[in-house]
Amino acid sequence: MSALRIKKGASKKSAYDLHNPNASDVQSHTLAMIVDNEAGVLARVIGLFAGRGYNIDSLTVAEIDHTGHHSRITIVTSGPPAVIEQIKAQLGRIVPVHEVHDLTLEGHSVERELALIKVAGAGEKRVEALRLADIFRSNVVDSTLESFTFEITGTPEKIDAFTDLMRPLGLVEIARTGVAALSRGAK
Amino acid sequence: MTRQMTGAKMVVQALKDQGVDVVFGYPSGAALPIYDEIFLQNDIRHVLVRHEQGAVHAAEGYARSTGKPGVVLVTSGPGATNTVTGLMDALLDSIPLVVMSAQVPTFMIGTDGFQEADTVGITRPCTKHNWLVRDADDLAEVMHQAFHVATTGRPGPVLVDIPKDVQFATGSYTTKNKSETAHYQPRVKGDIDAITELVALIEKAERPVFYTGGGVINSGTGASQLLRELVGATGFPITSTLMGLGAYPASGENWLGMLGMHGLYEANMAMHDCDLMICVGARFDDRITGRVDAFSPNSTKAQIDIDPSSINKVIQVDLPIVGDIGHVLEDLLRVWKARGRKINKDALRAWHGQIDEWRALKCLSYTPDAEIIKPQYALERLQALTADADRYITTEVGQHQMWAAQYLHFEDPNRWMTSGGLGTMGYGLPASIGVQMAHPDALVINVAGEASFQMNLQEMATAVQFRLPVKQFILNNERLGMVRQWQDLLHGSRYSQSWSESLPDFVKLADAFGCKGRLVTDPADLDDAIAEMLAYDGPFILDVMVTKHENCYPMIPSGEPHNKMLMGDDTTEDAIGTAGAALV
Repeated sequence: MSALRIKKGASKKSAYDLHNPNASDVQSHTLAMIVDNEAGVLARVIGLFAGRGYNIDSLTVAEIDHTGHHSRITIVTSGPPAVIEQIKAQLGRIVPVHEVHDLTLEGHSVERELALIKVAGAGEKRVEALRLADIFRSNVVDSTLESFTFEITGTPEKIDAFTDLMRPLGLVEIARTGVAALSRGAK
Repeated sequence: MTRQMTGAKMVVQALKDQGVDVVFGYPSGAALPIYDEIFLQNDIRHVLVRHEQGAVHAAEGYARSTGKPGVVLVTSGPGATNTVTGLMDALLDSIPLVVMSAQVPTFMIGTDGFQEADTVGITRPCTKHNWLVRDADDLAEVMHQAFHVATTGRPGPVLVDIPKDVQFATGSYTTKNKSETAHYQPRVKGDIDAITELVALIEKAERPVFYTGGGVINSGTGASQLLRELVGATGFPITSTLMGLGAYPASGENWLGMLGMHGLYEANMAMHDCDLMICVGARFDDRITGRVDAFSPNSTKAQIDIDPSSINKVIQVDLPIVGDIGHVLEDLLRVWKARGRKINKDALRAWHGQIDEWRALKCLSYTPDAEIIKPQYALERLQALTADADRYITTEVGQHQMWAAQYLHFEDPNRWMTSGGLGTMGYGLPASIGVQMAHPDALVINVAGEASFQMNLQEMATAVQFRLPVKQFILNNERLGMVRQWQDLLHGSRYSQSWSESLPDFVKLADAFGCKGRLVTDPADLDDAIAEMLAYDGPFILDVMVTKHENCYPMIPSGEPHNKMLMGDDTTEDAIGTAGAALV
């Protein structure tokens, strides 16, 4: 279980609950797909996950090629190996989906997520928050006399660790982008 | 040279360029510009249905019986939402359809305008792909792409949503050849190493079986020919799903009959006991597999399918081959012949001996009745009296559908149109209309139950208006027969809502629609009644009163494997366990 305990909207099926300890053969896979950037393409992808009962643990999408109208969707999903295979095959059926890559299977990849984290406090807690942010190479992007907003980039686990540390120091609000990922190497 | 024309004209032009000769549809406000263009030309016939669901099923019947895409034109809002059942039906059974729906003008989208619905949103999960066209300059290209996507790879329904202002706007027409279709090109050639591996399995197999499905028919008549050649040359027994009937002839010596929940004993036993299962264009549907963890426990399973998502979805296979059935069977035959046409003859002889023992059980036998027409008898007589005709059969959904699959014999592909995956009551009558439009001179019979028939019976008016001599062969038990059968099996024969009171008089109904009907209750009159139906030059409703409480056997009860079939004389008490009871 992730140690995140955000009250609003949190549930046992939190999108950040990447590791389900109850299902031993459940694996987390990072899928990247290149799609036509056309109306409804994201709805097709997430509708597939919702309709067939697959998990979405994290989702990012943005246009990557303006002239070619291509977007890249990165989804972190989890399930037994057979379900992961079925998810990829089903994604491949969607007409505006050009490529589906399983970055977890296709060798090493880099995965990064960005988070903005607001921490409010005074005195020693405020100093401690700043000191920990420095250790995590997190930047302060906004501050008031009572608060800092930190920007942190890293793996989801690093962000989990940072938010866990910030909680007793006055964590107010958090925004996470979800995982963006690329395979390592030249191609 | 690009031609300038209105969006409405482009729609009709694109249909002509795609070789469309029939459109099934229903007009209203947002579709009127296209309907005006339909009015101004004579190449494309428009069949006015009485409900948009009927248009989609008619297009399915047209598509299934010709191999060409069926085309539907409906208006916005309710016109589009009424197509949803048909679209889902076509998606599950892989039927190529191009449905055009009109939409409120682009500037009204999102305002809850009159007859506005989020059609692409509603139909996204029940189409292979869909488009909302916001610019007349894109319309022709989208139309051509729609036909390409519907008919390429695993076929399926697509929908093009066309706002009314786009129909009026002028834009440049893109021809079929210039349209961008390069991106969507599913793989058709199978991996030759995998095919060679399958040949090696074929050479050694002791107890092989071909398990074929609708994919063979979708791949075209060439695929059925290749399948026949392969089965004939290897001597392997062959069974088929409901959707695949006719790909291999029922008169063929290796034919086992249909498999599955109401499949033949010999077919299901062969599936259970085989050592090599060659799945050709079928998808291990739950009606086929029965209990998954006891499915054909000792076989090596090979699967040929054009859709990678059909592989390892329900049953893990040992040797998947992704490709078009026709292409793969051609390569398979070539490699098998080149390697010396080897089969394991002695083992095969023993296997056929075992199959003959199963056949001897005569699983389709039933107790005849001199007083009341047995539904099985009615279909046996229909088979006997139409065997020589080039006959197209559609069905509704329920017991009659299963009996039709068991007792009617199909010698050729594209002659059997039924709702397999979705199980849509109300499919058969409109489907028969679509088939008859495609084959004006052929004998087209809808085998129906009285309950299913009533779900789209308004389409009798369509049949009469377009002089389509479709024969409605109703097996009338005054019950929802399959529901009642399951209530026997699962709910202590408490027949909750599974009977019909105040049924219409179908003969008078035929009269009201302006066609002919006849009621038959005595087995002795049945042949004469069928002969009258066949001879009548026009739509005909034959109301065959059959046994009220007849169950359809053989049956694999829910949650049981292939070798645990119920036969006609078995008790239905406790046939289904608690786990099975939760299944559908």
